[in-house]
Amino acid sequence: MGIETEYGVSVPGQPNTNQMLASSLVVNSYANRASSTGSRARWDFEEESPLRDARGFELPREPVVDPTAPANEDDLGLANVILTNGARLYVDHAHPEFSAPEVTNPRDAVLWDKAGERVMAEAARRALTVPGTRPVHLYKNNTDNKGVSYGCHENYLMARSTPFGEIVRHLTPFFVSRQVVCGAGRVGIGVDGRQAGFQISQRADFFEVEVGLETTLKRPIINTRDEPHADPEKYRRLHVIIGDANMSEVATYLKAGTTSLVLSMIEDGWFSVDLSVEAPVATLRAISHDPSLTHLLTLTDGRRMTAVQLQMEYYEQARKFVESRFGADVDPQTADVLARWESVLGRLEVDPMTCARELDWVAKLSILQGYRSRDSLAWDSPRLELVDLQYHDVRPDRGLYNRLVERGRFDRILTEDEVVRAMTEPPEDTRAFFRGRCLARYPQQVAAASWDSVIFDIGRDSLQRVPTLEPLRGTKAHVGELLDRCATATELVDALAGR
Amino acid sequence: MATRDSDGGQQNANRRADEADEVTTEDAAASDLKERHEKLSEDVDSLLDEIDDVLEENAEEFVKGYVQKGGE
Repeated sequence: MGIETEYGVSVPGQPNTNQMLASSLVVNSYANRASSTGSRARWDFEEESPLRDARGFELPREPVVDPTAPANEDDLGLANVILTNGARLYVDHAHPEFSAPEVTNPRDAVLWDKAGERVMAEAARRALTVPGTRPVHLYKNNTDNKGVSYGCHENYLMARSTPFGEIVRHLTPFFVSRQVVCGAGRVGIGVDGRQAGFQISQRADFFEVEVGLETTLKRPIINTRDEPHADPEKYRRLHVIIGDANMSEVATYLKAGTTSLVLSMIEDGWFSVDLSVEAPVATLRAISHDPSLTHLLTLTDGRRMTAVQLQMEYYEQARKFVESRFGADVDPQTADVLARWESVLGRLEVDPMTCARELDWVAKLSILQGYRSRDSLAWDSPRLELVDLQYHDVRPDRGLYNRLVERGRFDRILTEDEVVRAMTEPPEDTRAFFRGRCLARYPQQVAAASWDSVIFDIGRDSLQRVPTLEPLRGTKAHVGELLDRCATATELVDALAGR
Repeated sequence: MATRDSDGGQQNANRRADEADEVTTEDAAASDLKERHEKLSEDVDSLLDEIDDVLEENAEEFVKGYVQKGGE
């Protein structure tokens, strides 16, 4: 699995900033830093392109949009690097995006997602050193509250043999209701946020259909993109676009962990119950618009229940599934996901505010309620909208979530040391290990890399492409020793070719 | 907090006493909850002071200036 996040980008005081250029500046600044810390971490392909530096630093001193300037994506195409931790850092449309390396478990998903926040904060800090630029602010949220949304997508590898209809049937009710756990909270109702109020999810109002291929228009609850970046005969990659970008580690952990459990049950054919809901899109929004968690949704079998109760139904299924399939041999992380899921749902049912140390929307709401009662602010107060926005600021000293953590007001599941390490080190148990370590070890000889290949330029007639179509190969156990042994990419390529 | 008598010899405890016990338990729980909420609101007050120090100046202009293009 893996999480890819587009960050909001702004240059305060310069509302007309060309966001593609600002995003490109941020990405290039980080790429340059990586290369300036020593030749080992340098990506030769980037570094040797003479045009690249020119473009990276070609930002106008006053970064104002020139409407006649070509918005040529090719020009900006170079703002696209692969990091030694196996992640891809690039400009997607008008946002810097961190696509985390592939991992095998929810805790690692949280770890590299959090490392992505630190990469973004560092990138913006480095961008400040480019002469003539103003500070670029980055926000890990999903809307500008003026009609635009950008995504935080999860990806889950699944067996190709799983019927897609079963995925839609059992995943839709789960996705409609999981926001009570992993919503990030939002001030404003409606896509443009004009209606005053607070809602649980950043994304809910932007979804219009149940199933589809789109991600930017007519967004579907279940996305059908079929691009496995792996052997298509064996795998599908379920591309999940409905989630909010979470700051909370527990929320991200439960988002990835509970979704994985539900997908395992679907793959296994476990479900004998049908929890389909009436009018999923309208229900998704109704749940989001009700932070009291009392809204009653209707199942197609006629039962009525709250979103928390529907999640409880999924929890019960998952508990029985794990008990039946693994019994006492359950791995500790799966047991932990189940325990936290149950605990959070139980407390949401009684008093949501008891989850203020764990869940984003609850923490945000508790701050907002504090401001409302202390300063008598109405929901349409710009100050409340600012609190909402700044909660997601990635800077350690200004981001409100980061301040809460700093003050010990938020539960963490990671240590900061391991997050810092994950900024440069890849996961050890997927192909991301091979990709990341090749970039770290042979930076001069890696011509390009993608999810499913690493391409070497070792001075022969043609480039040497090493396919990595199997996500669970290329691990430390598999190639760690080989990489240690090969001092150059030439040796590595020859060893892989059996020469 | 009041607790139910767990002494095995008290099986004849009458219904009224049992009910009274329950009411006391509920009262205690309610006052617990109240205390917790009071502590929570004290917490929130000091939290707001901290946030005041880092919030961007001129909220209205700041949020107005935050305009994004579509992504994904």
